Amino acid sequence: MKLELRAVTKKFGSFVANDAIDLVVEPGQIHALLGENGAGKSTLMNVLYGLYAADGGQILIDGEPVHFSGPGQAMAAGIGMVHQHFMLIPVFTVAENVVLGHEPTSGALINLDEARQLVRDISARFGFEVDPDALVEELPVGIQQRVEIIKALSRDAEVLILDEPTAVLTPQETDELMGIMRDLKQQGTSIVFITHKLREVQEVADTITVIRHGKVVGTALPTASQEELASLMVGRAVDLKVDKDAAREAEVALRVADLTLVDHSGLTLLDHITFDVKRGEILAIAGVQGNGQTELTEALMGLRKPTAGSITLDGDELVGKSVRQIIDAGVGFVPEDRSRDGMVASFSVAENMVLDQIGHDPFSHGGALAMATIAEHATTQVEQFDVRTGSIEAPMSSLSGGNQQKVVLARELSRELRLLLASQPTRGVDVGSIEFIHERIVAERDKGTPVIIVSTELDEVTALADRIAVMYRGRFVGIVGPDTSRSDLGLMMAGVDPNNKEEQR
Amino acid sequence: MSAQTIELPAMDSKALAPINWKFPIIYGILAVISLVGFGLSVGGDVWSGISVNTGFSRIQFAVPSQVTALVCTVIEIGLGIWAWQLTAARKKTPVGLPLGFGFCFVVAFLVRAVAGSEQSLQVTGLLQGTLFLSVPLIFGAMAGCVCEHVGVINVAIEGQLLAGAFLAAVVGSLTLNPWLGLLAAPVAGALVGALLALFAVRYWVDHIIVGVVLNVLVTGFTSYLFSTVLSEHKDVFAVPTVLPTLPIPGLSLIPVLGPVLFNQNVLVYIMYAAVVVLQIMLYRSRWGLRMRACGEHPKAADTVGIKVNATRVRNTILGGAIAGLGGAFFTVANGLAFGKEMSAGRGYIALAAMILGGWSPRGAVAAALLFGFADNLQNALSVVGVGIPSQFMLMAPYLITIFAVAGFVGKVRPPAQEGQPYKG
Repeated sequence: MKLELRAVTKKFGSFVANDAIDLVVEPGQIHALLGENGAGKSTLMNVLYGLYAADGGQILIDGEPVHFSGPGQAMAAGIGMVHQHFMLIPVFTVAENVVLGHEPTSGALINLDEARQLVRDISARFGFEVDPDALVEELPVGIQQRVEIIKALSRDAEVLILDEPTAVLTPQETDELMGIMRDLKQQGTSIVFITHKLREVQEVADTITVIRHGKVVGTALPTASQEELASLMVGRAVDLKVDKDAAREAEVALRVADLTLVDHSGLTLLDHITFDVKRGEILAIAGVQGNGQTELTEALMGLRKPTAGSITLDGDELVGKSVRQIIDAGVGFVPEDRSRDGMVASFSVAENMVLDQIGHDPFSHGGALAMATIAEHATTQVEQFDVRTGSIEAPMSSLSGGNQQKVVLARELSRELRLLLASQPTRGVDVGSIEFIHERIVAERDKGTPVIIVSTELDEVTALADRIAVMYRGRFVGIVGPDTSRSDLGLMMAGVDPNNKEEQR
Repeated sequence: MSAQTIELPAMDSKALAPINWKFPIIYGILAVISLVGFGLSVGGDVWSGISVNTGFSRIQFAVPSQVTALVCTVIEIGLGIWAWQLTAARKKTPVGLPLGFGFCFVVAFLVRAVAGSEQSLQVTGLLQGTLFLSVPLIFGAMAGCVCEHVGVINVAIEGQLLAGAFLAAVVGSLTLNPWLGLLAAPVAGALVGALLALFAVRYWVDHIIVGVVLNVLVTGFTSYLFSTVLSEHKDVFAVPTVLPTLPIPGLSLIPVLGPVLFNQNVLVYIMYAAVVVLQIMLYRSRWGLRMRACGEHPKAADTVGIKVNATRVRNTILGGAIAGLGGAFFTVANGLAFGKEMSAGRGYIALAAMILGGWSPRGAVAAALLFGFADNLQNALSVVGVGIPSQFMLMAPYLITIFAVAGFVGKVRPPAQEGQPYKG
C-alpha cells in the first residue's frame, strides 16, 4: 500500500503545526520522520490517523484520495499507530486490549479463546513471547509496546506509524525493536518511524524526511552523517559534543546513605541507595524512565519522606527537613516535568524567575513584593540566559519549551548553590537550547557546585557526566566512569552489573 | 559482551513496608466490646428467645445469653489472634476471616440485645427486612456501577430513585395499574440520567456538582407537585397501587431461605436478574469491555474507533433507568402513594455500597445487604424494646457506612478516568 500526503496543513489557533507537508511512504519501506520535539511530527501523524481534522491538503492511499473523520476509519483503511503514550487499558488483559473495538463474540459474550488465538498467531509470526491473559499493567513497557504492535497488526495494518517508540526502551530493547521493524518490513508492512534520535534513523530507515517548525525541510538517505542530519533538523550547524575539562579532585559535598523509600502499598521505590557527590563533579543518574529516579529526586528535595536512610549535605542532615529548609540550604532543583512542577504558566517570566525566593529579601519586604527589584532581576537573568521573550511581563505559557526551561534554570542558578539537582534538564527542549543548557550546567560545576543530573537520554548522560550511576527498580546497579560503553550502560539499565557478570565468567 | 540474554539478578531487597496494624487493632477493640458489653454485662441465668420461620412452621427456642455471647467472644478473640499473626507474618488474611468475625460479633450483639426480653429475636423477619431494605440500595448501586465504569460519577442516584418512585406512583394511580407504574419508573430515572449526561459529558460540568444539583432539583420538583397537584387531587394522583407478591413455586418452599428470597414481588426478581446479568456483561461482553475502556482510558478507546462520549451518554442514561426502576420500590412495590423525599438518602448509601463493594456488582450487593441489615436492625430491635435510644439506632446505618467506606477504600481502584471529561 502506498501512502501519500499532499500539502497537509494543520493549525491550532494562529499556530501552524503542519505547513503544507508532502510525504510519500512507499510500500514495504521504513520511512523515518525526523524532527525536534515540537516540530510537528506527532501532529502530522494524528492528522493521518484521523485524530485531528486537517485544515488543508489531501491524504491518498494507492493514489485514491481518502478522508478520515476518526481513527476507526483510518484503521479500516489499513493504517495502524503505536502512540508515544501507549493506548492500552492497564486493567485489561493483553487479549482484551488487542480485540477492543473489533471483538469476536459468541452469543452475548466475547469469544476470549478466539482473542487469545489471535494474539498467539501474531506473536508467533514475530517471535514475541506475550501471554494473552497477562494484565497489561503488570507487563514491562517493552512488552506493552509489542502488545501495541500486535494490536495494530490484528487490524491488518499495512502502514504502521511508530511515534517515538524508543523513548521508553533500554538500548537492548531498542535493538530488539529495530529487529522487529525489519521483520515487519520484510513481511510487507510499511513503517513510518517518528523520532528525534539520529542514531536510530541511521540504523533502520530507508528514507528520511526532516521536519522543522512544521515544514518539510529536506529528505536524506540513512548514509547521511549525524552532523548533516542534525543541522537539517535544527537549521544550523550544531556541535553534538559538550566541551568540558575533567573534574578536579575535591571533597565530598553530598552523602546519601541507605536511602530507602517504601510506599503505602508496600512497593519498594528506593532500595538502599548509597552514593556521594563531590564538589565540582557531575553525577549523572541514568536509567529507563520509572525506575525510581523521580522518587529519588523527590526524596532529595524533601517532597517525599524516606522510610530509612540519610542525606547529608556538607555535614547537615536533610532528611526530615521541609522543602523550604532544603531550598534555603542551597539546593537548586530543576524538576523533570517543567510545566507541572517547575513553573506557573499563567505567571509572568519575571514572577517565575523568583518563585522560590519571593518570601524574603530582596524580593519582598514585610509581605509586599519589591516589584522594581523583581523586574531588575528578571531583566538581568533574561539577558544572561538568552531567554527569547517579548517582555519580562509576558506569561510563561507564551514561551517555547526551551525558553521556559532556561527561565527555570536561570531561577535555580541565580543564587549561591551548594547542590544543583536537575532532572531531565533538556526534555522537550530544542537542540539549540540544549547546547546552552549543557554549557550552563558545566559552568556551574566548574564553579565548584556538586551537580546531579537525572536523564533517560543516554547521549545526555555520557555528554555531561563525570560519573554515571544507573538506576534499575529503585536500586543503583552501579556507578561507573563517563567512558563506559553504551552496551554496558544498556545492560546496567536492564539490571545487570557488567562487572559482576564478567567476574562470573 | 553479548546482549542476547539478560539475566536479572535476584532482588535481595530488604526494604519492607511498615506493617499495617489497622485491622488487628479493630478486631481487638471489637472483641473487648463484645466481651464487656455483650458477654459480661448480662447475668448467667438470663435467656434469649429466638424464633425462626421455616416456611411451614415457626420454631421457637431459647439460648443462655451469657454463654452464647461468651462463646462468640472467644471465637472473635481466636480470629483476632489469627489475624494478628497473619499480619505480623505479612500474609494476606482470608476473606472469610472478617466475615466470620462480623458474624460472631453480630450474633453476640443480638443475643445480648434480646436477653431477658419477653419478645424473641425474629431471625426470618430480620433477614426479610434486610433484603427488603436493600432493594433500593442494590438498584442504586447497580446504577452507580454502570455509570462509574463508563467514567461518569453518578451522585444523582438519589434523584433518580426519587423520580422513579414519583412517576411509578403517579402512573400507577392514574391507570390504577401498578405494572404500568413499574414501567414508568425507569423512564423517570433515565430522564435524570440524561440531564446528568448532558451537563457532565456534553458541557464538562463537574460530575459531583451536577449530581447534587439534580438531587436538589428532583426533590424540589416532586415535593412541589406533591404539595400542590397530588395533595389536591388525591383520588386521581395518589391512589396507592401495589405489585402482587409472586411466590416462585418450589423455590419458595425452601426452609428459611425460601420465604426470604422467593416470596417477593417482581421488582425483587428483576433485581436478582439485573445483578447477575451486570456481573457477567460488565466483564465479559463487548458492551462491558467497550464501556469500561471509556472509563479507564478514553483516549485509547477513541483510537480503536469507540465513540467515547456517545458511549458515556448512553450508559449514563441506562444507569439512570436502573436507579429509576429501583425507585419503584418506595411506591408501587410497597403499595404506597408518593410522599415527600421518600428516598431519604438511600441514593447516597447506594453510592457508598458501590464503593465499598469495589465497583463490582457482586461486591456492591454484599455491601448493600450489609447496609440493609444495619438499617433493619433498628426496626427489629425497637420491636424487642432494647434500651438504646432510637435516635442512635437511626444513625447506625450511616455510621456503618462511614466506617466501612473509610476502612475499605483504597484497596480497590476506581475506574481511572471517572469524573474526567473527554475532550477528544
